[in-house]
Amino acid sequence: MFLEILINAVATGLLLGSIYAALALGLAVTFGILHIPNIAHPVFVVLGAYLAVVANERGWDPILAALAGALPFYLLGALFYEFYARVFERRGEADTMQALTLFFGVSLVVETALVLKFGTNQQTVDVDYVGQSLRIGLLVMPYRLLVPALVAPVMILTLWAYLKFTYAGIAIRAAAHDVRALQVSGVDPHWIKRHAFGIASVTALVAGAILVIIGPVDPFSGRLQIGRAFAVVILAGMGAVPGTILAAFIIGVAESLVSAFLNPSWSPGVAFLILLATLALKPQGLFGASR
Amino acid sequence: MISRRRFSKIAAGTGLALAAPALSTSSLAQAQPIKIGTSISLTGPLSGTKNALTGYQLWRDDVNAAGGLLGRPVELVTYDDQSSPAQIPAIYSKLVDVDRVDLLISPYGAVLSAPVMPFVKQRDLFLVGMFALAGNDTVRHDKYFHACPWGPNSQVNWARGFFDLARAAGCTKVAIMSADIEFAKISAAGGKAISEEYRMSVVYDQSYPPNQTDFSAILRNIRAAQPEAVFVCSYPPDSTALIRGLSEVGIGDSVKIFGGSMIGLQYASLLANIGPALNGIVNLHLYVPEPTMRNPAIDGFLARYEPLARAQQLDALGHYVPPFCYAAGQIIEAGVKGANTLNHAQISRYLHANPVQTIVGRATFNELGDWTEKRVLMVQFRGIRGRDVEQFRQPGRQVILDPPPLRTGELVAPFGAARSG
Repeated sequence: MFLEILINAVATGLLLGSIYAALALGLAVTFGILHIPNIAHPVFVVLGAYLAVVANERGWDPILAALAGALPFYLLGALFYEFYARVFERRGEADTMQALTLFFGVSLVVETALVLKFGTNQQTVDVDYVGQSLRIGLLVMPYRLLVPALVAPVMILTLWAYLKFTYAGIAIRAAAHDVRALQVSGVDPHWIKRHAFGIASVTALVAGAILVIIGPVDPFSGRLQIGRAFAVVILAGMGAVPGTILAAFIIGVAESLVSAFLNPSWSPGVAFLILLATLALKPQGLFGASR
Repeated sequence: MISRRRFSKIAAGTGLALAAPALSTSSLAQAQPIKIGTSISLTGPLSGTKNALTGYQLWRDDVNAAGGLLGRPVELVTYDDQSSPAQIPAIYSKLVDVDRVDLLISPYGAVLSAPVMPFVKQRDLFLVGMFALAGNDTVRHDKYFHACPWGPNSQVNWARGFFDLARAAGCTKVAIMSADIEFAKISAAGGKAISEEYRMSVVYDQSYPPNQTDFSAILRNIRAAQPEAVFVCSYPPDSTALIRGLSEVGIGDSVKIFGGSMIGLQYASLLANIGPALNGIVNLHLYVPEPTMRNPAIDGFLARYEPLARAQQLDALGHYVPPFCYAAGQIIEAGVKGANTLNHAQISRYLHANPVQTIVGRATFNELGDWTEKRVLMVQFRGIRGRDVEQFRQPGRQVILDPPPLRTGELVAPFGAARSG
């Protein structure tokens, strides 16, 4: 029985870690690379979840619905950055506290809009694989976690390749380092940041579809995700996109092992303990040097 | 020829005669309203209970249509507490000191009610409690009356029905799991006390953080402990995740009865979302549409509630919260009419001495303001097919197993067999 619990705890931790990575990926772009503390990211995830719910009611698979909604969400993210830039950056007043206030305000507005449109009831999706599991010997993996967990590595690999091998991706990374040098190269940093926000918004949409597959959501579900999403990004190291998934695996497996062998109540605390210990020993995060 | 003085007298008399009916009929409207203050969770995690407002409003409309209280109309003064205990002290201070309400109703549940209790005790105010388990056990305020039938010594007794069923099914080993929140902690402590009283050994006893999404590790540990009864104290999001986990990893063949204290399985949206996975679970409720529960008063109430719920996107069934909010109004109505005053001490004396007939049953209060008779239902979900919420309005889907006077069926066990529907 011990072996069964151990094997399944590690497997569940990896699945949860993969899902945490998907939730944090957009934040890894806006906060990790661009250093903009976009605390409104989780509410965009919830917005994506509601889009998945609406599409699912019309017979769509949530993840396919998210892919179909990528362009509108890209535009929404770009528009959101445009608003932020006009309010703060172009006035040269991109103060962190003011930006936090703006993003917090946007979160409240989106939450209220969702309440007005959908009410406060929890929403869920109806997909065939929820409630069933893949069984391989002692290993039992619920499809509710397995399917979303397979999406995250694909998202991260795609984003990493985009940032690494395309001019636009390199420009996004450059925007975080030296805006003036970017301008000298003939690239508009404002356009690049807007583009990055659009990409982050698309990842939020896919993460929303994932979130609503693993459990019900309500307009306030984003508040529960924000701490862990920031923890994943900081543990990985600012801007370390591939490191995001490894950091998320560490948090996921730690939570799962503590839940299985100690006390489930301690699991969120243990994850943040790892974060604090890592920052004390390696302030740039686990993979921060690779930026 | 009519003199000017005589003309004035005739005009005044005629005017008075014409205005008299209007003066008479508007006397209620012109009287100072009786203000009843409360907070409602319109937003935040507990906003699923915002249909409480509809229950209060339906009672207010009825009492005003019947002439009000003491010849005065009733007015509700409500604020959104955002489901946050931090908001409660300021809201209730404002209700009493600024809005000058005449009577108070507590917020929903133990978590939000806890900050109100020292306040009403200190000010010596009358308060109707709403859903707070063991809400007055610590403060022991003599002007507190509960609108929900948790019964006396509710911390221990309210889930006794679950353990009575477990004992009757021959269970000797019990697992207890609870969320890390006030209500669930109280409930789990009560479960442990009854287990000890019934000489059941507690083979698993752990809590988990609120909003846990994956229960596979917990369920495997419970399965390893081989309990015969699993007593669960959960809140809506984790109730859903737990039931999904049951379908995914199972709970083992040893379990005869599962559930007990799962909040959320009373709400239409969750029932519809979970659907057939509910089958076999035994859980608390306060009203289900079984033959032993129905009466014209509550049927009439629900018939008025349902169209409002559709229009306002509220809980489609309204079985759990709104009828008890209406009952809270009826308790106030009985107290004020019986004492014929708004004096809190006299209202309280009247309610301690006299029963109150409400749409959810006859309430008689003990010294702590709890109902002297516990009327918490333990129902078993059966025959749930698909996700149509209409089936939860039909009898036979939530069969009452306890208390015996309201029973409409026997426990189907073991749990694995009951899961098949």
